[in-house]
Amino acid sequence: MTDRDAAIERAELTTGVSPAVAIEELVSERPESPWRLTWRRFLRHRLAVVSAVFLLALFVTALLAPWIAPYDPNAIDLQLAQFGRPASPSLAHPMGSDQVGRDLLSRVIHGSRVSLAVGFLATGFAIVVGTVLGAIAGYAGRWVDMAIMRVADMMLAFPPLLFLMAVLVGVRPSALTISLAIGVINWMYVARLVRGEFLTLRTREYAEAARAIGVPTWAIIFRELLPNAMGPIIVAATLSIPAAILTESTLSFLGFGIQPPTASWGNMLQNAFTYLRDYRAWWMGFYPGLMIALTVLAFNFVGDGLRDALDPRSRID
Amino acid sequence: MEPTGPRRDQPLSAPAGGDELLRVEELRTYFFHRGTTVRAVDGISYQLNRGEVLGVVGESGSGKTVSGLSLLRLIDSPPGRIVGGRIWFDGQELLSLTEAEMREIRGNEIAMIFQEPLTSLNPVFTVGDQIVEALVLHRGMTKAQAREEAISLLARVGIPNPAERFKAYPHQLSGGMRQRAMIAMALSCRPKLLIADEPTTALDVSIQAQILELMKELQRDFRMAMIFITHDLGVISEVCDRVNVMYAGRIVEQGTTPQLFTSPRHPYTWGLLDCLPKIDEPRRQRLTPIIGQPPNLARLPSGCTFHPRCPYAWEKCRVEEPPLFRLPEGQTVRCWLYEPSRAEAPVRLIAREEIEVRRVVDHRPLLEVQGLVKHFPITRGILQRKVADVVAVDGIDFTVNRGETLGLVGESGCGKTTTGRLVLRLLEPTAGTIRFDGVDLRSLKGDQLRSFRRRMQIVFQDPFSSLNPRRTVGSIIAQPIEVHRLAQGREVEERVRHILERVGLNPVYANRYPHEFSGGQRQRIGIARAIAANPDFIVLDEPVSALDVSIQAQIINLLQDLQLELGLSYIFIAHDLSVVRAVSDRVAVMYLGKIVELADNAEFYGNPLHPYTKALLSAVPRIDPARRGARQRIILPGDVPSPINPPSGCRFHTRCPYRFTPCDKIEPRLRDIGSGHFVACHLYDPEFAEQAGLAGKAVPATEAVVGSPGQG
Ligand SMILES: Nc1ncnc2c1ncn2[C@@H]1O[C@H](COP(=O)(O)OP(=O)(O)OP(=O)(O)O)[C@@H](O)[C@H]1O
Ligand code: SF4
Ligand code: SF4
Ligand SMILES: [Mg+2]
Repeated sequence: MTDRDAAIERAELTTGVSPAVAIEELVSERPESPWRLTWRRFLRHRLAVVSAVFLLALFVTALLAPWIAPYDPNAIDLQLAQFGRPASPSLAHPMGSDQVGRDLLSRVIHGSRVSLAVGFLATGFAIVVGTVLGAIAGYAGRWVDMAIMRVADMMLAFPPLLFLMAVLVGVRPSALTISLAIGVINWMYVARLVRGEFLTLRTREYAEAARAIGVPTWAIIFRELLPNAMGPIIVAATLSIPAAILTESTLSFLGFGIQPPTASWGNMLQNAFTYLRDYRAWWMGFYPGLMIALTVLAFNFVGDGLRDALDPRSRID
Repeated sequence: MEPTGPRRDQPLSAPAGGDELLRVEELRTYFFHRGTTVRAVDGISYQLNRGEVLGVVGESGSGKTVSGLSLLRLIDSPPGRIVGGRIWFDGQELLSLTEAEMREIRGNEIAMIFQEPLTSLNPVFTVGDQIVEALVLHRGMTKAQAREEAISLLARVGIPNPAERFKAYPHQLSGGMRQRAMIAMALSCRPKLLIADEPTTALDVSIQAQILELMKELQRDFRMAMIFITHDLGVISEVCDRVNVMYAGRIVEQGTTPQLFTSPRHPYTWGLLDCLPKIDEPRRQRLTPIIGQPPNLARLPSGCTFHPRCPYAWEKCRVEEPPLFRLPEGQTVRCWLYEPSRAEAPVRLIAREEIEVRRVVDHRPLLEVQGLVKHFPITRGILQRKVADVVAVDGIDFTVNRGETLGLVGESGCGKTTTGRLVLRLLEPTAGTIRFDGVDLRSLKGDQLRSFRRRMQIVFQDPFSSLNPRRTVGSIIAQPIEVHRLAQGREVEERVRHILERVGLNPVYANRYPHEFSGGQRQRIGIARAIAANPDFIVLDEPVSALDVSIQAQIINLLQDLQLELGLSYIFIAHDLSVVRAVSDRVAVMYLGKIVELADNAEFYGNPLHPYTKALLSAVPRIDPARRGARQRIILPGDVPSPINPPSGCRFHTRCPYRFTPCDKIEPRLRDIGSGHFVACHLYDPEFAEQAGLAGKAVPATEAVVGSPGQG
């Protein structure tokens, strides 16, 4: 028996598997999983972490609004707002009241439901439609790609606000209809992004390997490649939520959005406008405005944090 | 014999006079990552004389590049740092210089060139401007002088139309031209020392031969010392005077080139030499790989770092680290076998298993390809108007018999990969027929084709992009089994475990992700996926090109074993002619989308006929120190022409040393000139025999060099 055989046998005795494996086992260590790495990178982003905590608190508040809000958001209290003068912030009403004495804190809390619902629904719609169409366009190429992307280009050419107002004049504005409408004007951005990802993903050798195995095309697109495009899609989603929230606020502000008396941050802001001029009731606009700004900022910070964390090129040292 | 180990307690010796240019003492460069220390270079010492060429050889990750960068103090810090040692260069100690003084040395006294010149040339400046800048900066020339000098340098490194190319941006040049431009830039300041890090690894053999020739010539003319870093022992044998063999950040053997090849001493060197397929040895069933894989530099094994892979290791090796022993012949070796107190001289085991090729070739064709053509249209503008065609494959015929391996070789861009994809119908052919087991593949549609795919598989070159990073190894291998419903439920898992074991991987790896594996292991996973559905036929597209030589031998053995065991037929695509010799039954050479020669393995290597084949074979660097310089080499001029507008007549006529009258007008057909040896060249066509006889005798018709390199 040669020494080489002896070495092989030793390796086999110690581990019970083939020698190459045994030795690999001895010398290699498990690297960190990609998700753990992503998580650690995200945690290094201070602002993103703080923002994520803020958003979490906001979700909980929105979810538990009826129990958390100190008053009924639509309860009118004419004692409080005498002669239609908004009551300024006090201990009982920390954010003051509006011209009919409704508690602004309660309205801000309930308004968060509308903002978040629209943000998520609209984004969800845009992401699903955009991802499916973008993935098909990018993977199939040629005329399929041409057709889908021309439609997207056409829709991009529409002025978005005009489109929304036109639609919302026709249908009754609710969180759902507004979300769908906002989704309709946003899926193209997602589709473009996803198409770009798929243009490179489809040339990856593992896509070719799947084809060579005989995996059906839909499974290659959605089961092989899509998980590899999730990083950018998640980032796009996080960044499109605040955009949808802003759009909803704008619509409500212009009177095309959620109709009073249901509270939304946008229609509260619009309502505040008159009283800011006549009564210097700054609190009526300040708090809803602050919430819009904070929420939008927080989503953007989280999006930035995710972008860095999901980028395989960024490193931890 | 006396150990020449670490001598840190001795006073610093002044640099020796005479011819010594560089002396490195106990150099250590570490990288610090998240609490671990990667000892990339761990106490290396060597010296180099003026005008001498030192080779540094070792597998990837052995510290070759870092040792080169350390000489220039180009280590990124953090995470890296030179933590110890001395570098004496021309009377100065480099590690004690200030950064400003060091800048004077870099580019001026010591220059470095890299494997991929694109990354070291600035993409936004023209090649000429970059050389001019160096000349103005380091040699104090005026702009006009520098311009003239730059053009003459470009001419000196063999760039045609230097005044024209002066204005080219790096991406506008071919790989070979870029490497020449990089060399011109490195030489612009007449350095005393040139460090070349794998300068020819990214190039095709015919271009590699040109660049090696050029470097040897320049090194002689400029009397420049050179450190030549490479993993290719053939290259070492051709250009170097002395060699350092590196393993895990240390030098394990040092000696002259003839010593290294005629009387290697270290078990690792033995392993390296044994695991290489040799172009001048007939085909064998198995190569002799080095077992295991290179160690993790952050967790080096105890004692001798090579002991987990060393067939000679004994107790002492695991515990104590060997020093460098100096042998009477002047070689130094880091291995306990050479401890002076050991009585018996070490015996090198007969490593190569003399197993004859066992073949079960059935002479009924499994795959028959006729008139296969693939054009890729180049389109412009929004209307996608077709402006030209890339002629990737242009009418090729071949067959693959059952149980046989057809080797497919040729330089980059000649259409090898496209051919492989076409026969699997991963690409739609422009024309031609493909019959697989009698079935016309092009007539299959949709589901029919998909179920046919069970029988034909592919293994890719790049072990990193060929595995889906989001799937576990188990689910990657299970995929073909599930798609073709070959098993259900637990039975799938059972089969996956069995296949993993079969390709030499631990079955517990099934729930790990691809990024947790090394290149060689990933290639095993790719092979496991390919065999999972019991195919008959596999296209192997450069399956070992991305791997280190020791791992390459493991994979080649695995592929050959699987072939015999499962009765597989292969198309083995490669650019390395030695590897192809080791694995193929028959070999086909492609040039610009055409097969120019096809013959049985022994016939092909023993009696190559086509001028292109001859040139390719002669360009392969060989381990043959005795005949170094005496070997006649055919160095082809220029680059492979563009496949967009391939040359008329014989496509090779622009570079062919034997070109004669009909060559640029009439296209030669691939003809059987006897016993299955096919050649497409007018020299072997009876119709042109008379003229060919004249051409054969005449001086080669182009400026091709048929020279005897390496003398001087
Ligand atoms: N999808 C494509 N579109 C356009 N041109 C292509 C495409 N695929 C390949 N080509 C071109 O076809 C020619 C042949 O390519 P192919 O990849 O088959 O060469 P190869 O011999 O495998 O080269 P290498 O050794 O570099 O792998 C090349 O000029 C290449 O640029
Ligand atoms: S010291 Fe021991 S383990 Fe290391 S190379 Fe020599 S024999 Fe092998
Ligand atoms: S046909 Fe002419 S140009 Fe072509 S290889 Fe033969 S001799 Fe050379
Ligand atoms: Mg290829």
